[in-house]
Amino acid sequence: MTATLANNRYLPPALGIGSLIAFVALVELLIRVGLINRFIVPMPSDIIAAFPRVIVEEHVLSRFLLTAAEAFSASILVTVFGVAGGVMLYRYQLLRRATETWVAAIAAAPLVLMYPLYLVIFGRSALTIVMMGFTAGLAPVILKTLEGLSATRRVLINVGRSFNLTPSQQFWKILFPAALPTIFVGLRLGLIFALINIVGVEFLINFGGLGQLINELAERYDLAGTYAAICFVILVSICVFILTERLERWLRPVD
Amino acid sequence: MAQTGGLTLPTAKPWGLPLRPVTALRVAIIVAVVVLWEALSASGWLYRDVVPSLLAIGQAVYATLSDPTFYFHLGTTAYEIGIALLIGGLSGLAVGLLLGGSKFMSRAYEAYLYYLGPCPKIIFFPLMIMWFGVGPGSKVAMGAISCFFPVALNVAGGMREIDKVLIRVGKSFRANTWQMVTKIYLPAMRHPVINGVRLGLGVALIGTLLAETKLSNRGIGFLVIQAYSIFNMPQMYALLIILFVISIGANTVIGRFGGLDEIRRS
Repeated sequence: MTATLANNRYLPPALGIGSLIAFVALVELLIRVGLINRFIVPMPSDIIAAFPRVIVEEHVLSRFLLTAAEAFSASILVTVFGVAGGVMLYRYQLLRRATETWVAAIAAAPLVLMYPLYLVIFGRSALTIVMMGFTAGLAPVILKTLEGLSATRRVLINVGRSFNLTPSQQFWKILFPAALPTIFVGLRLGLIFALINIVGVEFLINFGGLGQLINELAERYDLAGTYAAICFVILVSICVFILTERLERWLRPVD
Repeated sequence: MAQTGGLTLPTAKPWGLPLRPVTALRVAIIVAVVVLWEALSASGWLYRDVVPSLLAIGQAVYATLSDPTFYFHLGTTAYEIGIALLIGGLSGLAVGLLLGGSKFMSRAYEAYLYYLGPCPKIIFFPLMIMWFGVGPGSKVAMGAISCFFPVALNVAGGMREIDKVLIRVGKSFRANTWQMVTKIYLPAMRHPVINGVRLGLGVALIGTLLAETKLSNRGIGFLVIQAYSIFNMPQMYALLIILFVISIGANTVIGRFGGLDEIRRS
């Protein structure tokens, strides 16, 4: 009985959406009744009504493009330096043995806390935000590139050897294509880390795109607007995750 | 017999160094970084004090560690993170068990957690200030929100990956629900749970400290942003170094727990 319910194609997602709507309706009701203070939590209907206002008056599109441009610059940097770093560690095994644990430790460190330091070095500008995103995304890309290259099947490398490929041919025809799916897993992680940190730092230093929008609306005590902006940022990030996930699945080899 | 390992050659020390090459390279990298740093610090190419000399940073680390007020702030932050980990971790565990135990629930709700998980949590901070005030409450809330997602998703995933044989063993011994949870589920899920807590601790730390840098009057995050606002760069480097050592250390300690478990199982 439960198994058939769980395997039903529409029922579980419908329950998910249904409970979300029910929760929102409940909040609306509790606010209208006065059990929740409307100066702390605005009514969901007000939040929905605030969407068009926030989008038009706060120039959400240009803010979105600014954040996207920062994320794009950071991902270019992350891709170039991360993949190059991974390839270098793969190529020079001694360097790898000396530094791989360091890179892993950096990946686990709360790097975003360095943002005041970056503020001093790069100024309160888009450069600080991009560099913060770059710093946050770099280590996972290095580690995943290294992992992908190291996991290349022996047989593929031997095929390349038996064809007498030069080292550069061996890299471009065998190693790199074989490692590409894993590298992309790393790039996706790196992009997500970069994006989180970019929006976070925008919020914290009150500069730039979508993160600043939330800070500004909150400081103006525009509650419905703040909630709407937060919903908007969440929607944008969910779209990015779904998009990159699709891309990753498309790249993954069928096995 | 036992000839398979006979091909390993004795490892000679190259270049006649007293150190292993890996250690030698590590030492070389550290020395190079130190020399470069000091050169940059002395050159005056960057703004004065942006790259303070290592001596000044060392002195600041010493001064910070011997200052009793630092321990007050460290205690505040540790307290906030501890409570956040407790709230976020336990609710994550409960939700994870619920989602992992029922395919129906997982198909209904897990996608929301999965996609909310990687969103930048700090944007919720204005709401947390409204709900819990400007004191430690809002920082705890930030940490708890951050920590909830990795724990819940790891527990749900771990619960689904429990070996079916183990569950059948428990059932054939007629274990009741409590016994199933304590004797079968939790021991079998130890690895993903510990991993979830490790990830959760990392993000709870970030959530709490970032919230402290944004608006607070105590805690390590407050000290960092105060060092920024009075432009005390050696102090800021010292705080960041101490913070990184603590967080990487905590991460390694929890990781060891998980690692040990893995070795024992294989």
